[in-house]
Amino acid sequence: MSLLEVKNLTRSFGGLTAVNDVSFSLEEGELISVIGPNGAGKTTLFNLITRFDQVDSGQIIFNGEDITNLGPELLVGRGMARTFQHGRVFGNLSVLDNVLVGAHSRLSAVRPRIPFPLLGALGETLLALLRPKRVQEEEEALRAEAFEILALFNDRLIPRADQPTYSLSYANRRRTEIARALASRPKLLLLDEPTAGMNPTETAEMLELIRLLKNQGITILLIEHKLSLVMQLSDRVIVMDEGHVIAHGLPEDVRHDPRVIEAYLGHSSQTSRPESELEEDLQVRV
Amino acid sequence: MNIFFDQTINGLVIGNIYALMAVGLALIFGTANLINFAHGSVYMAGAYVGWTCVTYFGFPLFLTFLVVMLFCALLGMLIERVGLRPLQNSARIAPLLATIGISFILDQLAQIIFSPQPLALPPLISTKRFSLGATSIGVLDILIASVSLISGALLYVFLRYTRMGWAIRATAQDRDAAQQMGVDVNRVNQVTFAIASALGGLSGMLVAMYFNVLTPTMGFQAGLKGFAAGLIGGLGNVPGAIIGSLLLGLIESYGVALLGSSYRNLFAFVILLVVLVLKPNGIFSKGRQLPPEPMTGTFIASSKPVQIPRSVLIGVSVLAFLLPIISNNYWLSVFTTALLYGILALSLTLVAGTAGLMSIGHAGLLAIGGYTSALLSLRLGLPFALALLLAACVTAILGMLLVMPAFRLRGHYVSIATIGIGEIVSLTILNWESLTGGPVGLMNIPPPSLFGFEFYSNRSLYWLSLVLLLGLALLQWQLVRSHIGRTLRAIREDEVAAQAYGINLNRYKGIAFAASGFIAGIAGVILTHSYTYINNETFNNTISVLALTMVILGGRGNIIGSILGAGLLIVIPELLRDVLGESFIVYRMLLYGLLLVLFVRWRPQGLLGTV
Repeated sequence: MSLLEVKNLTRSFGGLTAVNDVSFSLEEGELISVIGPNGAGKTTLFNLITRFDQVDSGQIIFNGEDITNLGPELLVGRGMARTFQHGRVFGNLSVLDNVLVGAHSRLSAVRPRIPFPLLGALGETLLALLRPKRVQEEEEALRAEAFEILALFNDRLIPRADQPTYSLSYANRRRTEIARALASRPKLLLLDEPTAGMNPTETAEMLELIRLLKNQGITILLIEHKLSLVMQLSDRVIVMDEGHVIAHGLPEDVRHDPRVIEAYLGHSSQTSRPESELEEDLQVRV
Repeated sequence: MNIFFDQTINGLVIGNIYALMAVGLALIFGTANLINFAHGSVYMAGAYVGWTCVTYFGFPLFLTFLVVMLFCALLGMLIERVGLRPLQNSARIAPLLATIGISFILDQLAQIIFSPQPLALPPLISTKRFSLGATSIGVLDILIASVSLISGALLYVFLRYTRMGWAIRATAQDRDAAQQMGVDVNRVNQVTFAIASALGGLSGMLVAMYFNVLTPTMGFQAGLKGFAAGLIGGLGNVPGAIIGSLLLGLIESYGVALLGSSYRNLFAFVILLVVLVLKPNGIFSKGRQLPPEPMTGTFIASSKPVQIPRSVLIGVSVLAFLLPIISNNYWLSVFTTALLYGILALSLTLVAGTAGLMSIGHAGLLAIGGYTSALLSLRLGLPFALALLLAACVTAILGMLLVMPAFRLRGHYVSIATIGIGEIVSLTILNWESLTGGPVGLMNIPPPSLFGFEFYSNRSLYWLSLVLLLGLALLQWQLVRSHIGRTLRAIREDEVAAQAYGINLNRYKGIAFAASGFIAGIAGVILTHSYTYINNETFNNTISVLALTMVILGGRGNIIGSILGAGLLIVIPELLRDVLGESFIVYRMLLYGLLLVLFVRWRPQGLLGTV
């Protein structure tokens, strides 16, 4: 059974169809990259899958369950976590607190499962105030786990665990965001341009991290512009342009697909140049 | 049928006056992206300037209108210079807070100069009425209609056909692009404020003529009604603002005919809330919109909070307990007030600071707590301790339920919604006479007592307040350092990212408002029982702004800061009164407004820093 199945997904804004009849499925443990020029609809696709945007038509099935109409806050508890294109960390919270917020859906001792929302909230407040042993232990365990996650980023984040994230570099904020996502123990991780704004060394580090996560068995859907990273990591690649999936397959096949080259480089002017040159250009430009 | 036509004419005339307000607010919202809370005060200033021209100088009406518009235009430019321009790179909430402070200052100045008593205008124009089929229309009605039509036409020509008008429209569409193309956006803002304020002042003068009464506080509710009218048509949309104003005028007019004039303002505020919640982009907007990406971390001033050693805190608490031994009764009652306002500030800093929901209707919570416990004591004869506990719980639940519809709002909209809710609470109290006694209020409320001991003396009341403040502060500290505090702060920083991590926004905002209501309810109960009476004016919007100033002063979300802020704002004016004499006390409120403006400008993180 596929972990994620996207069927005929469509979303338009006014006259613009940002995502047009997109279908694919993601097997457990697989890493799929979504590439395509700016404005191709990649982030809209992410927003639809993570339920931040309403679908016009189509269906999303995650882990055997139809999630097409669920609220965005209900997904992380089911095992889906995401990062955002421009990085959305909680600026005034420390790195550690950011990661702990990521584990919010896993809190159980302090969040009694009471069916009535008012009573549940009251119970949660009282437990937070009285702080019985179980609650303290849960918080301690999560803290220890948060440090383990921070350790994945070598010594980039550990020394800054208590600093507010607004004081961090851009790259470190992106790392914090991924650490926060990992704290939810996701089955499926959606990464939206995790290496944007990173230099080659940092990009290489991120590549190793994503590989590590993949080896740990996390299924990953990746939006990325750096093609060398995509080629090294992906099991399959989906290419989008103007809302459509224009190519879908193994990284090597996609790379040589003329439609992909055309989408990236424009439609008419440069067709006289030899294909190898175009490919080189593709590498440089994206 | 005649009544229907009469009310239609009335409604359209009042709608025309609102339109002058709402158009100004729409212009400012469009170019400066700011909800200008000082606009109501400009309107009030217009009325008073007009009154002065007419009664002191005996100016003819036309000249009076010119002077009013000129004065208010200058005032508007001043507001832009002080409240907006220096704050453009600050947190988004900063200009809003600054205009609240400026509005407070202007209202207080009017009270000092013209006394808080209502003034009346001498008759300025003929009261002749022309029959119009089934109804009739007065000269004043015609004047108001023609003034707004002419202003509207002039404004249209200005915006459409002059270079400055182009610049204003360009800035409203895309500020950065306009700046790139060489538009001086500061000048655009200045001109916009001048025009908007001239219209607002004119509107104030016309209202003063229409109802024949001026009060220094008339601007507050009028400003809010201007927002309501503008929101109906979609904020920042000038034609929408005019249609919204006419609609609001009509609804009010018919409503007053059906229910009575004390309900007049209630319609506007209920409509304000309904529109905010159901159609925050106005009734003409369509389509679903994605929530815009917030500028992460710019909503609240970022800072490192000042760490105060525990030993200092314990030492200060012990000293506070010993204070009654040396202090006289007068100062003890001042300190008691400071402690009780400290509880209020604690309550506000939880929602406005920790959760980032800038509530400006917190006095409503005091009133709910005070009335509940007064009624429980007077009508049911419940002992004080039980009444206190029940009142706090009622305030928690009501406070949460009242604000719940506004949970989906953010930023400036939360502030407007909570002001509206505060006014609705106050107007409900005024109109529900069988329960609340209306404007007469409730009297002979028993003083606080526990197990037969009555807290009559200043000393005992002081100790009771101190114990409650310290107890509640400790509880709040425990709450804020738990996962709930972390979750609320995450919501404050970025709602979308918080949702992505499974945070149910309504649940935690509900917890924040309930906890805040519980704490504010306790402050309301003790204040009410120590005053021994309460009416609809006891906890008015001035107290909401005062509480907000305390929170900003101490540092948002900062528990010790909020108590410090309350202490300073209550004690400093008393010290100054000691030094400068009794006459200083009229300037106290002025000082509060000034402090708010200064802190927002120079130390937005407050004395002890945002947490």
